[in-house]
Amino acid sequence: MRHIISLLVENEAGALSRISGLFSARGYNIESLTVATTEDQTLSRMTIITTGSDRIIEQITKQLNKLIDVVKLQDFTEGNFIEREMMFVKVKAEGDTQRGEVKRLSDIFRARIIDVTDTTFCIELTGSGDKLDAYIRAMHENNIIEVVRSGSMGILRGEKALTL
Amino acid sequence: MELSGSEIIIQFLKDEGVKHIFGYPGGAVLHIYDALQKQTDVEHILVRHEQGASHAADGYARATGKPGVCLVTSGPGATNAITGIATAYMDSIPLVVITGQVPSHVIGQDAFQEVDAVGVSRPCVKHNFLVKDLSKLAETLKKAFYVATTGRPGPVVVDIPKDITAPHIKIPYEYPAKVDIRSYNPNFKGHPRQIKRAVELMLSAKRPMVYTGGGIIMDNASQELRDFVRRLGFPITQTLMGLGAFPGTDPQFIGMLGMHGTYEANMAMHECDVLICIGARFDDRITGVTSKFCPYAQIIHVDIDPASISKTINADIPIVGGAKQVLSEMIKQIDSTDARVDQTALDNWWNTIKTWQQQDSFAYEKKDGLIQPQEAVEELYKVTGGDAYITSDVGQHQMYAAQFYHFDEPRRWINSGGLGTMGFGLPAAMGVKLAFPDKDVACVTGEGSIQMCMQELSTCLQYGLHVKIINLNNRYLGMVRQWQEFFYEKRYSHVYMDSLPDFVKLVEAYGHVGIRVDDPKDLHDAMAEAFKLKDRTVFLDIITDQEANVYPMISAGKAHNEMDISPLQQARQAALREKGELV
Repeated sequence: MRHIISLLVENEAGALSRISGLFSARGYNIESLTVATTEDQTLSRMTIITTGSDRIIEQITKQLNKLIDVVKLQDFTEGNFIEREMMFVKVKAEGDTQRGEVKRLSDIFRARIIDVTDTTFCIELTGSGDKLDAYIRAMHENNIIEVVRSGSMGILRGEKALTL
Repeated sequence: MELSGSEIIIQFLKDEGVKHIFGYPGGAVLHIYDALQKQTDVEHILVRHEQGASHAADGYARATGKPGVCLVTSGPGATNAITGIATAYMDSIPLVVITGQVPSHVIGQDAFQEVDAVGVSRPCVKHNFLVKDLSKLAETLKKAFYVATTGRPGPVVVDIPKDITAPHIKIPYEYPAKVDIRSYNPNFKGHPRQIKRAVELMLSAKRPMVYTGGGIIMDNASQELRDFVRRLGFPITQTLMGLGAFPGTDPQFIGMLGMHGTYEANMAMHECDVLICIGARFDDRITGVTSKFCPYAQIIHVDIDPASISKTINADIPIVGGAKQVLSEMIKQIDSTDARVDQTALDNWWNTIKTWQQQDSFAYEKKDGLIQPQEAVEELYKVTGGDAYITSDVGQHQMYAAQFYHFDEPRRWINSGGLGTMGFGLPAAMGVKLAFPDKDVACVTGEGSIQMCMQELSTCLQYGLHVKIINLNNRYLGMVRQWQEFFYEKRYSHVYMDSLPDFVKLVEAYGHVGIRVDDPKDLHDAMAEAFKLKDRTVFLDIITDQEANVYPMISAGKAHNEMDISPLQQARQAALREKGELV
């Protein structure tokens, strides 16, 4: 099953490699991993999307918790949370028909065109992973020049929060 | 007090109570060695290879319970120490390894003797640090000792660039007596409700079994374990790492379990209805095939490391906590509850176990003129009165030592259980001897293992570390040969040691005493002679039966009740069956 695990880790060199190293050393899957500092400069917030049986997920959370650099951790999967991912897509956009099609499709997905040349559009789209997948599917494969995805990040709904 | 980085390291070690460190100098640690040379409080043991340093510190830590400390240089110094660090990591041994690093401004430039020590060691340390700022040095060292020695212990590497240790840059130093790591708070106290449930379950057992490991020794919980097991009257088995926590000669101890454990311990594991596991981690050498592990048992698992619980075997009652505290609490609850063990059921259980014990599953045949490796260990046990510190390398000799030396005290049996590191025994014995100069310390080894860290014989001479080396010399890499005999139709691939050195001459060249024995008749006298020579390191080269095997054995994919037993035991079992004494 797919799990979304959110972590607060020490904002120190090596923290990321400890975490990614743990996944590779123990053979756990990583679907995506995002990380950036928080409002507290000593902490980084990380979101990991992983898959595995309940037993493996339990081991993943325990092993992550064991790392000295991991300050706090929560598996959001069972709870009420929001998950978003951001994507840039660069597509061919030549001639009025094609440009119009890309524009219409982007409007349907509430994507934004953020860069334009005579022959290309660069589109920004935010949403769940499924939505981004759907957008790519809807876009003619031959039109796509480049796709950049951020990986998912998550936050709990309501008053609950993953903080110190 | 204004001190340089080098002086801070030495002063800190003093303040931390470190008496001995094991190391090897080199370019990146020259400043530190200069500071070391100017004082006498911290004694430095110069090994002959950095692997020896990490193993010696490890042996020291296992025997004393204090953290072992190493000091090595950058690059090859650090990588050579890795095997010893990984060994300590697998067995949860507290080590602090200080590695020199190239100066900060050249890190990442492929400088001479540069290696990313933090990166290289990361998968086999509990934690590691790169010191980037002199003002953080003392605090980082304190954190290293704190992390290494608390919770589930383990090795910690502190990588220190050369410029941090420069003699002319001095800063105020104060010993950081306390340290706080916000993300690290090991839990020692088990959950009271879980402990209550566990006590209820164990008191309701008909066929209970206690299974303990190195966690008891690490947490100095031997006394609590003894009180606990004796109160309940339950049978107990211990892992290779746990031997000595409960006395090996006590009738309630039914032997080591696992791949080469006793028949009765493995059978009892298979048949028990409640398994009480404390400070052990269901290693694959213990469980056999996990799908057939303890099929009838409800399992209580006590461990300080939450990640060890339900990792390979699901625990019905998990308890995260230190062995000492949890056992004390369990004893308290056993004493205060009205529930009692079902004594009739327990007596029946013991009767069953006693029929298994009649197997005498370690029994072997003695032969005229040919020393059996088992009898060498039995002789060692007799001559030392069972009171020696025994280290071992890895292979058949290790199993024989575990099977035939009955450890009555914790911290006496020192071996590489998890990583299985050949070459561990001799340097580990040096570490033990340094800590306990008046005690008998013997390294049980084989002609394969001993050659992996043989160079440390030179260290033994320099520091008067008079250990006894019991070399069970069968001219084979015995354990590999055994597997090739069983599973590869005797195709012995690269396990024969041709061109062995003349060990007697070799150790004499190192300045020690060498004695060769090849007849069982001479074994006792040779062993006695070796231990009589208190102020000499003695190498006993014992020429043993080449094709002796370690029994019983649980092969891959087999369960506890599917042990292979020796031909001798097979005959005995048939005889017992005929008499109707074996069920």
